[in-house]
Amino acid sequence: MNRIIKNLALAATVVAAPLAFTAGTAQAEGEKYILVSHAPDSDSWWNTIKNGIALAGDQMGVEVEYRNPPSGDLADMARIIQQAAASKPNGIITTLSDFDVLSGPISDAVAQGINVIIMNSGSPEQAREVGALMYVGQPEYDAGYAAGLRASGDGVGSFLCVNHYISSPSSTERCQGFADGLGVDLGNQMIDSGQDPAEIKNKVLAYLSANPGTDAILTLGPTSADPTLAALDENGLAGDIYFGTFDLGTEIVKGIKAGIINWGIDQQPFLQAYLPVIILANYDRYGVLPGNNINSGPGFVTAEGLTLVEKWAGEYR
Amino acid sequence: MSETAQTAPPTDERVKEMSSFRKSLIRPELGGICGTILVFVFFFLTARDSGMFSPAGVMNWSVVSAQFTIIAVGACLLMIAGEFDLSVGSMIGFAGMSIALLSVSFGWPVWLAITITFVLCMAIGAFNGWLVVKTGLPSFIVTLAFLFILRGLTIFAAIATTRKTIIGGVRDVAEGDWLAPIFGGKIFTGFFQWMGDHGWIETFVRGSKAGQPVVEGIPMLIVWALGLVVFGHIVLTKTRFGNWIFAAGGDAQSARYTGVPVNRVKIIMFMFTAFCACVFATAQVMEFGSAGADRGVLKEFEAIISVVIGGALLTGGYGSVIGAALGALIFGVVQQGLFFAGVESSLFRVFLGVILLLAVILNTYIRRMITGEK
Repeated sequence: MNRIIKNLALAATVVAAPLAFTAGTAQAEGEKYILVSHAPDSDSWWNTIKNGIALAGDQMGVEVEYRNPPSGDLADMARIIQQAAASKPNGIITTLSDFDVLSGPISDAVAQGINVIIMNSGSPEQAREVGALMYVGQPEYDAGYAAGLRASGDGVGSFLCVNHYISSPSSTERCQGFADGLGVDLGNQMIDSGQDPAEIKNKVLAYLSANPGTDAILTLGPTSADPTLAALDENGLAGDIYFGTFDLGTEIVKGIKAGIINWGIDQQPFLQAYLPVIILANYDRYGVLPGNNINSGPGFVTAEGLTLVEKWAGEYR
Repeated sequence: MSETAQTAPPTDERVKEMSSFRKSLIRPELGGICGTILVFVFFFLTARDSGMFSPAGVMNWSVVSAQFTIIAVGACLLMIAGEFDLSVGSMIGFAGMSIALLSVSFGWPVWLAITITFVLCMAIGAFNGWLVVKTGLPSFIVTLAFLFILRGLTIFAAIATTRKTIIGGVRDVAEGDWLAPIFGGKIFTGFFQWMGDHGWIETFVRGSKAGQPVVEGIPMLIVWALGLVVFGHIVLTKTRFGNWIFAAGGDAQSARYTGVPVNRVKIIMFMFTAFCACVFATAQVMEFGSAGADRGVLKEFEAIISVVIGGALLTGGYGSVIGAALGALIFGVVQQGLFFAGVESSLFRVFLGVILLLAVILNTYIRRMITGEK
């Protein structure tokens, strides 16, 4: 029996030591804000978001937390929002990537007296409907449409959309918007690439060899852009095929600089994370609130004026 | 291992009298009970004032635990019968999508969509079982294949019929349906409203729900979880069929010699696992009003982990439904509790892994110490 007690005690200390440490690190003047995203752990783009809220938390002297469903399951995300509301923060900043699943938990949080700002996914209308203070982000369909118009002006008639997150409606909207901007039917031009770099690369290679007439490639973020760069390097189409991408990252910036990627659409995720914390903190302290939603993007990043982007790519850009 | 399945002359040492104290100690769920107490004490000490034990907080981890429980009961019985089902997660996505497609896109009544989906899922479960039994291949491989097949079919069906991977609007079509509330409804709402009115539980402070209690009632998900645990426990411990399950998993060949229909038992267990996955999916679709092609990813492992924490052996022939339910409770409380305790999100999986490992090791030691096996 002694051994059991010893084992139990050991188990408790092993678990408790690091837990107590992490729980103690993030503290400040009192206000607490929780950012909930829909992204799985593996999506590297969200690192900028984490850095953004951490910086805003430091500057405003508030406690910030980042939470996400580890496997990207939106039903799990709904539970996390309910959990966040139960822990009584001053405000919740969340994405609204599926209105059906998330609107209930979010409006419940609002009704419990917690201020909510919708960031990134969703739309201004949906944000108003759930009772959020405002929406900070880039309307996805419009951004895709703008990109389509631009590509159409550059003479593109067909494309491949590499969708690495096909279960998120906003990803599909980007591809749909791009197709509509070009004035073509989306049809089979969108592929479900999955998240694994090697798989993405090989699927792009396979598509391009099966459809040699493809004019352009659209990727939806670093997760699909980086392997696509490798694929183009391998089949020799780099610099030849028209290549546009959503979002920025270290490899994408290199690609733009080298002339392989024509443009990157920057939705400036930093602002989507940083601004809500600043806004919520000032709202809680002084009752001031900007009068409208904030569009953090789209902005086209091309080979000109890349210095700052290059310096901070993957960290704040 | 499968002593319960034996019939022997009364003088045999296998039926000798045991003290009731020892009898209560060698239950497979003992480790689960210890683990549950440990986990609750731990979170009570670290996350007491974070809202984890407020009504909304309790409801939060209870619902998550209930979800794990539903699939763990199926996985538990199947594992005791000596097989695995890795297609549970994909089955959840498939079932949810099937309900949403049939009811929203095809416009069929919701009760019919749910019924057809249950039949379809159990048929796939039976096919899984039939393949395992007929080919003699490990169920690990056969169901792994179905993990991919079902997930792929789900994504394909959604894209091909609607061009979307998430189909919403189920809540609207389920309005007034007689079967839907059995999965997505809530009970005792009047009681909770009454408690809210008396200020015993918190109420919403603004918006259209102002004045209503934060916890509206007990979701049917929890009722299903409890119901399945009771059903599984009774079948396993009180019926002849339960003995057959132990026998099929303990030593299939000897069980066949004694006249146990091993193949039938295994196929029925595969169907039951599919049934549980379908309950999970239906409750989820009814609660959230939409089905997504990526729902249920990795749930098969979460089910197996719950079962193993609950004291079942991966090799089959030993385990308990109560233990699996406790394992699911531990898993749910740990998963949500880590959020309440404010653990840095990138370390989340590390903690989860460490705690699960500790639980299983503890479990094994306790069992060995008490039963005296080496």
